[in-house]
Amino acid sequence: MTYALELKDVSKSFGLVHANKDIDLAVSPGSIHGIIGENGAGKSTLMNIIYGMHRADKGTISFNGQQVDVRSSADAIEHGIGMVHQHFMLVPTFSVLENVMLGSEGGLTLSEGRATALERLTHLSTTYNLEVDPHALVSDLNVGQRQRVEIIKALKGGAKVLILDEPTGVLTPQEADQLFEILKVLRDDGVSVLLITHKLTEIMDITDTVSIMRQGEMVGHRKTSETSPQDLAELMVGREVLLEVTRTPATPAEVRFSAKNLGYTNSQGVVELEDINFEVRAGEILGVAGVSGNGQTQLMETLAGMLPLTTGVINILGTEVTSADATSPRIIRDLGVGHIPEDRHTHGLILDFEARENMILGFHDSELAGSGKLFDYSAIQQNCEDKMAHFDVRPSNPRLSAKNFSGGNQQKIVIAREFSANPGVLLVGQPTRGVDVGAIEFIHKQLLELRDAGCAILLVSVELDEVMSLADRIMVLCDGQNVGIIDAEKADRSTLGLMMAGQKAEAAT
Amino acid sequence: MLDFLYQTLLAFDATLRIATPLMLCAMAGIFSERSGIVDISLEGKLLSGAFVAATVAALTGSAWLGLGCAILAGITMSLIHGFACITHKGDQVVSGVAINILASGLTIVLGIALFKRGGQTPSLPKEDRFTPIEWWGVEMMDSVPVLGSIYRQLISGHNMLVYVALLCVPLTAFILYKTRFGLRLRAVGEVPQAVDSAGISVTWLRYRALILGGALCGIAGAYLSIAQGGNFVKEMSAGKGYIALAAVIFGNWKPFTAFFACLMFGFLDAVTARLEGYELFLIGEIPSQLMQAIPYILTVLLLAGFIGKPRPPAAIGQPYHK
Ligand SMILES: Nc1ncnc2c1ncn2[C@@H]1O[C@H](COP(=O)(O)OP(=O)(O)OP(=O)(O)O)[C@@H](O)[C@H]1O
Ligand SMILES: [Mg+2]
Repeated sequence: MTYALELKDVSKSFGLVHANKDIDLAVSPGSIHGIIGENGAGKSTLMNIIYGMHRADKGTISFNGQQVDVRSSADAIEHGIGMVHQHFMLVPTFSVLENVMLGSEGGLTLSEGRATALERLTHLSTTYNLEVDPHALVSDLNVGQRQRVEIIKALKGGAKVLILDEPTGVLTPQEADQLFEILKVLRDDGVSVLLITHKLTEIMDITDTVSIMRQGEMVGHRKTSETSPQDLAELMVGREVLLEVTRTPATPAEVRFSAKNLGYTNSQGVVELEDINFEVRAGEILGVAGVSGNGQTQLMETLAGMLPLTTGVINILGTEVTSADATSPRIIRDLGVGHIPEDRHTHGLILDFEARENMILGFHDSELAGSGKLFDYSAIQQNCEDKMAHFDVRPSNPRLSAKNFSGGNQQKIVIAREFSANPGVLLVGQPTRGVDVGAIEFIHKQLLELRDAGCAILLVSVELDEVMSLADRIMVLCDGQNVGIIDAEKADRSTLGLMMAGQKAEAAT
Repeated sequence: MLDFLYQTLLAFDATLRIATPLMLCAMAGIFSERSGIVDISLEGKLLSGAFVAATVAALTGSAWLGLGCAILAGITMSLIHGFACITHKGDQVVSGVAINILASGLTIVLGIALFKRGGQTPSLPKEDRFTPIEWWGVEMMDSVPVLGSIYRQLISGHNMLVYVALLCVPLTAFILYKTRFGLRLRAVGEVPQAVDSAGISVTWLRYRALILGGALCGIAGAYLSIAQGGNFVKEMSAGKGYIALAAVIFGNWKPFTAFFACLMFGFLDAVTARLEGYELFLIGEIPSQLMQAIPYILTVLLLAGFIGKPRPPAAIGQPYHK
């Protein structure tokens, strides 16, 4: 049979990094093919080669049995390849329609092609249930809507092969389900879908076949029906992986961290947090669940001192902070709070700085940076080497800029820095977003170890499974309000789901 | 009263003449900056255009040939800029400054070598220049009070390049907002990855933007040396390229607002010349240096966020790496 897409012996290096080594891949028409692999395994590189954004050093690509030379994205588009990249490729200042028209304007002036483009856009959005306002500015759209625009862009030329590089990383579970419905319709229309994701449940739920990559190599191809998440995780990481950590019961001690009547109103006067009350004791993890965008970000940022409180009191290890007090991340940190921010790229790391400098970010006044007024780079180097070894950061090169580490390893740098300061209270936001299963296992183990060492941990995550497997008690946020706090033992998906939709705890159980 | 009207009219007339090269350079700046390339080299391109226009016109006796070669000179400078910072991903500001220094030195050296007049080119006779065009019916309109003098002074009686500059503004807006090229140009200055992913060459797109800009600067240069003036004088661009760049920023990278910024800067300049030596009521004599600095002061205030909010193209200054 002829494959919709077939790769043979594809290799690609970036300088010394061998991102793809002799990759073979075959995808049948009308199927959903998953690709999994650790952070930095070379998945995006391979997809970019198929889509013509990168050129392979060697190897061949065939579409429908015909070998083709893909020299640019224009070639790939012409051969019916569409791609949704790992990071959005949208012009925020343009309307949805303009973004969709870019590259296929249909004439020298825009007025010539506008009507047909609009027609095409509405056609696609009705057939595949990709609802979006063509005239809205992209900067006004939320991530779910932006994702839909990306899919419309990828499909506009009548794509026969659709590549989706971690499309669900930024989506809520509901949005992800919606996306999968769309993919199924596309498959039934004969489109071949290539789906990259770190979530093995998604692979099991939706794909027909799956390929596994490790360190630039293709280590296996499986029929989804003949494999298991455990099997896939092992192939991916090269060793046995615990998909769910075993959690021993917590032994909570004194209250270390609490909030009373906490509220936050933003500069436009919108109330984003209202009347939040909770306590976290030493040696326990309080999980915060909720559909993303229900105040989690604001909660983390007010607690970490990045946003001012509007009302209420936070008590940190006996020190009270109210709206009258000046706060800053610095002040909060000095009280003994560690913070792993939700968005590691904007708040956790300085991407252009070296790993060793990122390893002392926020601690640059402490002895980690040397005892004198000037930076002592040998101390900084030593500090980074120690932490990289302890937290298994790869590659363990303190001089590499943060941006050159894969997502999982960037997260490990942040975790290494915050954990080693031995915080009395730890705020953790989305610790495993975009991180592979091996790294997830590691991060989860570390969090539980820190808990058992007596730290009070507040964990915010939109992954319900993560909250359920780590937290001792779970607080649910809906619309900036605390719907209720329940014990993890009593929590199940349906109860939490109802609470996330705003039903009070008593009514939900 | 009539005298006041006449004075105002003259001031506006001067404004237009001063603003003409600013407008052309500002539109050039908009093309390259909207494509994501910082264009501090407007000054150098303007100067090269002026030199080449005067030299070729002096040697061949043809203003048109002078204009054509000035355009080519502007484009050549743009290509050097592009080669350094698009092809080789160099620093755009450094490359721009280098071009300005190169233009400043080269025009003097070549000028001395060719004409041996201390860097000046010979004065062109009237026929070899672009001279003011008298519009139809000026005599007839003269009999109409007020409107007649507006028609004679402000609308009629400029050289061709002034009208070209005025036309350039709506044309730039049209290209930017209504054409395929414009859509891609605006996109590449914001998110070049999106353009690449759509199958469009980022490199070629940015080169085209620079080439257009170079041509416009060439025309502006020709205006200085063979239309407004009658020969090339060393350093005759005198910072106009920088003022045009300030107008681009002041106009928030939009053609019409940049055009008004050019007019405003031109007006300030025109008034300065007229106010020199006059004692102003309450204020006293204003130093002309202060007036000349106003465009820069306004731009700095704008950039510092005191007047509105500038919104430069998101990808400006960053070379595109895949
Ligand atoms: N443009 C580039 N220049 C240099 N190195 C690169 C470049 N792009 C990718 N790499 C390197 O190639 C390797 C593979 O990267 P790639 O982005 O394909 O990984 P991935 O499997 O998509 O990871 P993730 O799951 O984190 O998205 C990594 O080591 C990365 O650092
Ligand atoms: Mg990737």
